[in-house]
Amino acid sequence: MVKKRLIPCLDVAGGRVVKGVHFESLRDVGDPVELAQRYSDVGADEIVFLDIEATVEGRGPTLGLVERAAERLTIPFTVGGGISGLEDARSLLRAGADKVAVNRAAFDDPALLTGLAAEFGSQAVVCAIDARGGRVVTHGGRTERDADAVDWAREAVARGAGELLVTSIDADGTRTGYDLELTAAVADSVGAPVIASGGAGEARHLAEAFAVGADAALVASIVHERPERVQELKAELEEAGWNVRI
Amino acid sequence: MKVVLADYGAGNLRSVCSAFARAGEQPVVTTDPAEVAAAPLVVVAGVGHLARAAAGLVPLADVLRERVGAGRPVFGICVGLQLLFGQSEEGGEGLGLLAGRVRKLDAGTVPHMGWNELECARPSRILDGLDGADVYFAHSYAVQPDDDDLVVARVDHAGAVVAAVEDGALAGVQFHPERSGAAGARLLDNVLQWSRSV
Repeated sequence: MVKKRLIPCLDVAGGRVVKGVHFESLRDVGDPVELAQRYSDVGADEIVFLDIEATVEGRGPTLGLVERAAERLTIPFTVGGGISGLEDARSLLRAGADKVAVNRAAFDDPALLTGLAAEFGSQAVVCAIDARGGRVVTHGGRTERDADAVDWAREAVARGAGELLVTSIDADGTRTGYDLELTAAVADSVGAPVIASGGAGEARHLAEAFAVGADAALVASIVHERPERVQELKAELEEAGWNVRI
Repeated sequence: MKVVLADYGAGNLRSVCSAFARAGEQPVVTTDPAEVAAAPLVVVAGVGHLARAAAGLVPLADVLRERVGAGRPVFGICVGLQLLFGQSEEGGEGLGLLAGRVRKLDAGTVPHMGWNELECARPSRILDGLDGADVYFAHSYAVQPDDDDLVVARVDHAGAVVAAVEDGALAGVQFHPERSGAAGARLLDNVLQWSRSV
């Protein structure tokens, strides 16, 4: 059986990590590849690099980061954030990203998912969906779109997305648990893997997301404070009977 | 040792190259048939659509067939494994070096995405020490050899999925050793040893 995954997410801008991650004994705490490597060492199953200023700063630094990550990491990694269309996504995949996470550009033009899947295979195409109250939002939650998140999830998979990264904007940063209603509704509606995102505070929250059908759980702030938490979370999940990679 | 990666335009080979470099080899990416003919080990790697990959591989198809005919090692990774077989349900046709088909996964969740546990079907050189190891998969199609004895490992994803095949100097894996941590590194070490001894 395929294992449930734990995926740390690193926010990057200009090719550097911009939110504090507290690894002791790191020479350069701002280097995304070095941090990702440390997460890999403590048992992370994959890494997501979220380029939070991509549209502002351009892609140069990120492409360099992706090339180095492709060379150094021995676990898969996804790059997302600000991907505006086929060319953006293509250049990231060509640079060595295992997957790209496309959000607003896919919502605005769902054919983008089809184009990417045709060129790189759907396993390389993650559709990121942000939701508030079950409705699609974009631009980090600032723009409400007139669409039901579950309907969009279903269409995204039909169009070629091989995985969905479903973030509850309401739960994000609260550490009170993932939006289980949203996670369950999406997981029940699609035949592609679903990554729950937004709200992780403790191992129980990851277990709850898995229980309602998530294949993977994204974690950010809780592992940034203490990266060794990755190992502990997985041990706790295994203890609770979940099929995770130890 | 020089490891030659057949370049058929399927995209990025950086990760696979780096994994072989970590294993102490000198990977070279090429479209040159002469280089493919001469290499001690040829690797066919790639992701994406089999039909597209097969079309890109046409200029190297003859030389790959000759290598296999002469019993010289060829190793496939992911779509590279699928390309060793014939007809695919995805459309397109592989090299037909191994008898069998490439079929769409019949599972509730497709793609088969993530870490899964190898169940070795028989002792093999490429999977030495890897029975029960977790390795990373990301695919929607899988090979189905006519000859079950070629299968050296399977994983469970709503039923048995072929994870690795070995047939003399021809072998391949459905998973991604370059993205499978220490187990992936062990696999590549095994492959290098295998390639020197077949």
